[in-house]
Amino acid sequence: MMSFLNDWGLILTTFLPLAGVMVMFLIPKESESTHRMVALVTSLAAAVMGVLIMVNFDYGRAGRLQFVVDRSWISLINSRFIMGIDGLSLPLFALTLLIVPLVLIYSWNHIPSPGNPKAFLILILILETGMIGSFVAEDLILFFVFFEVVLLPMYFMIGVWGGPDRQYASIKFFLYTLFGSALMIVSFLSLYFMAKDPATGELLRTFDMRALTESGGAGLARTAAILIFGGMFIGFGIKVPMFPFHTWLPDAHTQAPTQGSVILAAVLLKLGTYGFVRIAIPMVPVGARVWAPVIGVLAVIGIIYGALGCLAQTDMKRLIAFSSVAHMGFVMLGIATLTDFGINAAVFGMVAHGLITGMLFFVAGSMKERFHTLEIKRLGGLLVQAPKMGWILGFATMASLGLPGLAGFWGEFPAILSAYNPAPGLSVPLFRTLMIIAAVGTVLAAGYLLWLYQRTAFGTPKEEFANDSSIHDVETTEWIAWLPILVLIVVLGVVPSLIFDVTNPAVSLLVAGAQG
Amino acid sequence: MYGLIQQLAPGRFSSPAVDFHALAPEIILLATVVGLVLLDSIKLERARALMPAVVNIGLLTALVPLVTLASSGEQRSLFEGSYVVDSMSLLLKALFLVSAYVVVLLSTNYVAEGDYWESEYYTLLASSVLGMLVMASSRDLVGIFVALELLSIPAYMLAAWRKGDSKSNEAGLKYYLMGVFASAVLLYGMSLVYGVGRSTRLSEIAGNIDKLGNKGVPVVTLAILFTIVGFAFKVSAVPFHTWAPDTYEGAPTPVTAFLAVASKAAGFVALIQVVFYCFAVRPDIIQPVFFVLSAATMTVGNLIALRQTNLVRMLAYSGIAQAGFILAPFVVIEDAGTSALSAIVIYLVIYAAMTLGAFAVVIAVSRTTKSAELSSFGGLFNYMPGMTVAMTVFLASLVGIPPLGGWFAKFGVFSALLEANTPLALTLAIVMAVNTVIAAFYYLRVAKTMWFDPVPESSSSIALPVPTSVNAAIGLAVVATFVFGVLPGLLSNLADFAPIAIGR
Repeated sequence: MMSFLNDWGLILTTFLPLAGVMVMFLIPKESESTHRMVALVTSLAAAVMGVLIMVNFDYGRAGRLQFVVDRSWISLINSRFIMGIDGLSLPLFALTLLIVPLVLIYSWNHIPSPGNPKAFLILILILETGMIGSFVAEDLILFFVFFEVVLLPMYFMIGVWGGPDRQYASIKFFLYTLFGSALMIVSFLSLYFMAKDPATGELLRTFDMRALTESGGAGLARTAAILIFGGMFIGFGIKVPMFPFHTWLPDAHTQAPTQGSVILAAVLLKLGTYGFVRIAIPMVPVGARVWAPVIGVLAVIGIIYGALGCLAQTDMKRLIAFSSVAHMGFVMLGIATLTDFGINAAVFGMVAHGLITGMLFFVAGSMKERFHTLEIKRLGGLLVQAPKMGWILGFATMASLGLPGLAGFWGEFPAILSAYNPAPGLSVPLFRTLMIIAAVGTVLAAGYLLWLYQRTAFGTPKEEFANDSSIHDVETTEWIAWLPILVLIVVLGVVPSLIFDVTNPAVSLLVAGAQG
Repeated sequence: MYGLIQQLAPGRFSSPAVDFHALAPEIILLATVVGLVLLDSIKLERARALMPAVVNIGLLTALVPLVTLASSGEQRSLFEGSYVVDSMSLLLKALFLVSAYVVVLLSTNYVAEGDYWESEYYTLLASSVLGMLVMASSRDLVGIFVALELLSIPAYMLAAWRKGDSKSNEAGLKYYLMGVFASAVLLYGMSLVYGVGRSTRLSEIAGNIDKLGNKGVPVVTLAILFTIVGFAFKVSAVPFHTWAPDTYEGAPTPVTAFLAVASKAAGFVALIQVVFYCFAVRPDIIQPVFFVLSAATMTVGNLIALRQTNLVRMLAYSGIAQAGFILAPFVVIEDAGTSALSAIVIYLVIYAAMTLGAFAVVIAVSRTTKSAELSSFGGLFNYMPGMTVAMTVFLASLVGIPPLGGWFAKFGVFSALLEANTPLALTLAIVMAVNTVIAAFYYLRVAKTMWFDPVPESSSSIALPVPTSVNAAIGLAVVATFVFGVLPGLLSNLADFAPIAIGR
C-alpha cells in the first residue's frame, strides 16, 4: 500500500480529474445528471487519494519532500517529471481537494446560465488538475505547465457563464496572466542557465526545484538575481494579485459565475503566493532581500487601497473582490518579512482566506440567485427573509475581519506581528511603519465588512423583494457544500497548530536556506 | 565517342555509387507521380476516384524507408557531400510527407465537390512534396535551387486552382510573380556566393568564405544578403510578406494549408541549409540581418493580424508572425548553434500540426457557414461543439499555452535565446515576450467569437456533416498537438542534432 502511494499517489491525485474529463467527453451533452455524477465521483476519488496521502504523510518530518515521483520527461532541456509534497504544499493541496468537490456539489442545482453542465463541469475538473499539479510539481517546467493549465478553463468559465461584462473581464484576466507568465518563464530559463552548484561551482543546468533550492541562487551575479526575481515578482505578483497589478481581479470576480469566483478566490490566487514562497524566495534569496521592502510597501498599499476600494463599492461581489486584494496584502506582508514567523503566517493566511472568501462568494452567489442583484443599496433584511443564510453571511464576515477564535485571525494577526522583526538586513523602521499601517488596515476591514453586513442583513427587506416568495433559505445542496467550510473555519480558528505544525518545519528549512 | 560506347557496353558499365536506400523516399514519391500521370491517361471515371488513395498510399509508403533509415542511425552522404541524409533531414522529410498526407485528406472532398481536375491536382501536389524532400537533403547550391523550383512551380498552379474565381486567379498570379522575382534575387545572390566561395557545395563554400577573413566583406555581405532575401520571400518574412495574405485568401483552402505549412517549412529548411551549413562562418553578418527580419516579422505580422476579420487572412498573418518566432534562433547561431537548430526544427514540426489543424477546422466549418469571415463563426459552440473545442485547442497552442504543443516550440526559442545571452538575443527575447501577449489577443478573439457570441441571424446553425477525411485530419492534428505538448521529450529526442558540421 505504502509503496503504491509513494509511486502513484500524487500522480493519481493530480490526473484523476482529467480521467473524469475523458469519460465526460464520451457522454452526450443531454445526460446532464450523469455528467454531474461523473464529475463529483472523480473529484471525490481524487480527494480520497489526497486523504490517503495526508494520512500516510510523515508529520514528524514535514520539512522533507515525501511521496516523491521522479521520472524522465524532456531530456533535451534536462526537465524531469518530479512531484513531491511537504509541509508547505500540504495545506494548499488539501484546500484544493476540499474546495473542488464542494463546488461540484454546489453546482448540482446551480449551473449558471446558459447551462450546458457538461462543458462547465469539464472546465472545473481541468482546473482541479492544474491547481493540484502546481502545488505538487517539483520541477520548474512542470510547475509552469500546470500553472498555465488553469488559464484557459477560467477564461472560458468567465467568458461563457459570466455576468454582463464577461468578455472584457475574461480577456483582461487572460492577458494579464499571460504577460506575467511570459516574464516568469524567462526568469526560469535564466535561472536554468546561470545557477551553479554551491559546492563545486559547476553550472547546474537543471529545472529540478530541489536542486535549485539547495543551490540558493549560488553563482548568480547580484544584478542577475535582482532581474530574475523581478521577472518572478511580476509573474507571481499578477496572480496574487498585488497592487498595482490587481486591476484584473475585481472585474474577473464580479463577472465570474459563483463557482468560478470561489475557485479563483480559494485556490487560484494562492498559486501566486505559493510561487513566491516555494520558488522565488528560496531560489533567488539575494533578489528577495533587495525586493522585500518593495513587496512590503506594495503589500501595505494593497491593504489600505483594497480597504478603501471596498468602502467605495456598491456591488457586494465587487466589495468581496476588493477585500481579497486587502487580505492578500497581509499574506504578502508576511512573506516580505522573509522570516519563518511571517511565512508561516502567510501560509495560514492563504488557507484562511481561501476558506473564508470562498464562503463569502458562495453566499454572494446564492443571494444573487435569489435577488437577481447584488447592489448593496437594494438589499437588506436578509436575516428576516432567509435567517440561516443571514447568519452564515454574518459568520463569514466576522471570520473575514479577523475575529479571534476564527481562522481569519491567525492569517492576519501573526502577519502583522511578524513585521515587527523582519529578517536581518531588512530595514526595521520601514517594516515597523508598515506594521502600524497594516494594523490600521484591520480596522478599516472591520469597517467595510460590518457596513456590508449591516446593509444587507439587518433591517427590513426592501419593498421590491418583500413579497418575493422565490426568496428561500439555505437549500440542502448549499448546506452540504458549505458546512465543511464553516466547520473548518472554526476548527482552524481554535486549533491553529493544525496548520502551523505542518508548515513550520518546511518553512524553517526554507528560511534557513535562504538566509544561509 | 568510342570510349562512351565502350562504357555503356554490357559488363563494362560502372555506375556512380548511389545509395538507393537513402534515396528510397524520393524514388517512391517519384514513382507515385508517374503512376498518377499514367492513371490519368486511362481516362476512366473510376480511375479518377482512386487518385487521392493513390497519393496517400504513395506518401505513406515513402515514410517506410524513412523509418528504416532512421533505425540504421548512420549519416549517409551522397554525391560527394552534396546530398546528405541525416537525422535532421529524415525528421523534416517525415514532416513534409505527413503534412502532405493531411493536406490530401483535406482536399479529397473539396476537389471532388468543386469539380476541379483531380489528377493534375494530386500530381502537382506530389511533385511539390518531392521538391521538399530533395530540399531537406541538399547541401549544394544547385540542388537547393532545383528543389526550390520543383516545390514552388506546382504551388503557383495550385494556388490558382479555382479557375472561375478571380480571387484565386489573383492569388496564383501574385504568388507566381513574387515567387519568380524572389527566385531571381536568390539566383543573383547564389551567383555571388559561387563567386566568393568558388564552389557550389555548401561545406566548401563555408571553408572558402572563412579563409577570406576580412577581405571582400562587401561582396560577401551582398552575397549572403541576397540569398537570405530570396528565401525570406518563401517564408513570408516582413518586408517580403506582401504576397501571403492575398494568396492565402484566394487559393483553395487546402492549398492554403499546404502553402502555409509545408511550403513555408521548406523555405525554412532551405534557410537552415544555407545558414547553418555555410553562412554560419560569418555570424557578424547574418545575426543582425536575422535580428531585423525576426523582430519586424513577428511585430508587423501580429499587429496586422489584430485587424483581420477574415479567418484565413488572420491565419495568414498569424503565420507570418509565427515565422518571425521561427527566425529568432538564427540570431544566436554563433553562441547557441545546436540549441538554435533544434529549436527551429521543433518549432516547424509543432507549427505544422497546429496550423494544419486550424485550417482543417476552417474547411470543416465553412462547409456550413459558406464563409471564412470571423463573424460567421459566431456561436459555433452551440451547434458544432466538437469543432469549437478542436479549434480552441489549436488556437491555444498557437498562443503557446501548456500543455499544448505550441508552448514547447516557443520555449525552445526562448531557451536558445537566453542560452546565448547576447544583447541582441536578450532584446529579441523581450520583443518575443511582448508579441506573445499581442498574439494572444487575436487568437482569443476567434475563441471568443465561437464560444461567447450569438449565432449570426443569417446562419442556418444546422451543422452540415463533415467528411470523414477532414475529421480524420483534425483528429490527427489534435492528437499531435497534445502529444507534442505533454511529451515534448518524444520530439526533442528526435531533434537533438549533433553539433553542426560546419567548417569552423
